[in-house]
Amino acid sequence: MATITETKPDLVLRGRKVVGGVAEGEALVTRDTISGWGGVDPMSGTIIESHHELRGQSFAGKVLIFPGAKGSSGWSATFHTTKLTDSAPLALVFNVMTTKAALGAVVLRVPSMNEFDRDPTECIETGDWVRVDADAGTLSVWKKRA
Amino acid sequence: MVALTEEERRMLDGEKGPAVTKAMELLVRYADALGAEDFVYTNNIAGVPGSSPQWVKDYYREDGGDYRAVFSRFDLDSDEVVDVPRMNAFSCHLQGGMDPDLWRDQGMSEDAFANFRSDEEQVAAHGIQVLKTCTPYLAGNVPVMGEHCAWMESSAVVFCNSVIGGRTNCEGRESTSAAMLANRIPNWGFHRDDFRKGQHSVQVEVPVHDIFEWGMLGYFVGGAVEDAIPVIEGSVGSPSLIRHKHFGAAAASSGGVEMYHMVGITPEAPDAETAFGGARRGERFVYDAAARRQVYEKLNSMGKDTAVDYVMLGCPHYSAEQIAYAASLLEGRKVHEDCELWIFTSRAVKATAQASGHTEILCRAGAKLMTDTCSAISRAVPEGTRVAAFDSAKQTHYLPAMVGIQGWYGTTAECIDAACTGRWEGRLS
Repeated sequence: MATITETKPDLVLRGRKVVGGVAEGEALVTRDTISGWGGVDPMSGTIIESHHELRGQSFAGKVLIFPGAKGSSGWSATFHTTKLTDSAPLALVFNVMTTKAALGAVVLRVPSMNEFDRDPTECIETGDWVRVDADAGTLSVWKKRA
Repeated sequence: MVALTEEERRMLDGEKGPAVTKAMELLVRYADALGAEDFVYTNNIAGVPGSSPQWVKDYYREDGGDYRAVFSRFDLDSDEVVDVPRMNAFSCHLQGGMDPDLWRDQGMSEDAFANFRSDEEQVAAHGIQVLKTCTPYLAGNVPVMGEHCAWMESSAVVFCNSVIGGRTNCEGRESTSAAMLANRIPNWGFHRDDFRKGQHSVQVEVPVHDIFEWGMLGYFVGGAVEDAIPVIEGSVGSPSLIRHKHFGAAAASSGGVEMYHMVGITPEAPDAETAFGGARRGERFVYDAAARRQVYEKLNSMGKDTAVDYVMLGCPHYSAEQIAYAASLLEGRKVHEDCELWIFTSRAVKATAQASGHTEILCRAGAKLMTDTCSAISRAVPEGTRVAAFDSAKQTHYLPAMVGIQGWYGTTAECIDAACTGRWEGRLS
């Protein structure tokens, strides 16, 4: 995978910087909003909310792509705790800005973006390789090869 | 970049000491992430400053492994440890931890209790009010209309915005801890007039007059509008503090509602036009008899067995009025031997209940009045609990899923009956 980003990306989205920096990795994508406290196990970064489409999957070491944050005001502290347990996501990519998502991104200190020209939860799939360049305002996508 | 006043610039540059500098640095990063143009001054902060389980302190062992280390490294997200002075803003500690007396009943260890006590001493030593409740507005912190606050706790946030007309976003632990030092919070979201206008319409067509009905309507509204601002019109009546408390908590948990308008009831909704800031907009949802039944069935979908072994009241924390009512229902009765009844409230309200003779009635009946926390926050239920009953839509939403038990939702009277008979006989009339 190390050389994939030398090839031309299949897709480049433009968006807004939430937290600066550059990160690349495998995408974990959901169209369900994410609850922090009560919805994520901070010891492993696993989604535990009942009926969530990612229930049982961990975002540790992945680029987490989701519509937005919901639920308890413990959102930022729950995501912050995943940093202490080595299960933080590599980057956050989301649509709807909330105080929960903004503060969570800030204390995770991972590159984070929102307000894209296309909905990233629609055009990126779990397993795609993505590069989040929050400073340049670009999200580059290399689609998973079958 | 967020614009800074002269004073904010000086705070960032160190005029008020290193902890305030670190607090401002975090608030600037947060404001920029949000896209806020400036800060508002706030002197009303409610959070969970510096409290942590032992393992978090151990994680920061090399930084001292104490309250100071956790406050610096986690709460302020600082790379270095700074001395943490007394807070500058009026600051309150919300719920958490365990009951300071009945912690053994809640299944807590001696070590966990020692850690809890130590954190609390530090909180008090830093000038933070030890309210230990999700209902600060029942325990000595009542904002006024238009006051800029920085609060955590979704049920308190929705109460502050909707019922009082105070202004707060749903803040997090780190932003509230920083605001306690810096007296600032980003001027974004609910601090701004245009953000507070209604987005969807909810028409209520069945009578909604007591706490049980207000709770179900709240649960319906959250499911309908998700995190948008609803404007509720129709047959909602008999507003009171506890009805708003249960409505808002339910709407915040089923959907994430942080503010609602009830026309003719809440302060920013004298009429529909004011609530919407113009013409009605968004979707129109109808709460009728069918919708009411659906909500009831959804809330009771985690209930199967009628043998109840735990009844939990006090989510959000019970008011003095609710404790008095529970005591009146329990007077001369006994909690069933196969069942436990735990009622949660704040320390302030517990003191009132004690002085008013309610605690004695509860104790005589075999119920326990607990403070500081709740079953969901501490994952504390009586040992061996299989089936629980609640008068709170919020607790019904969270607890059964979190600890893997069955759950029933009903009226306070049905819950007390279940506690005394060990049987659930709730039904929708």
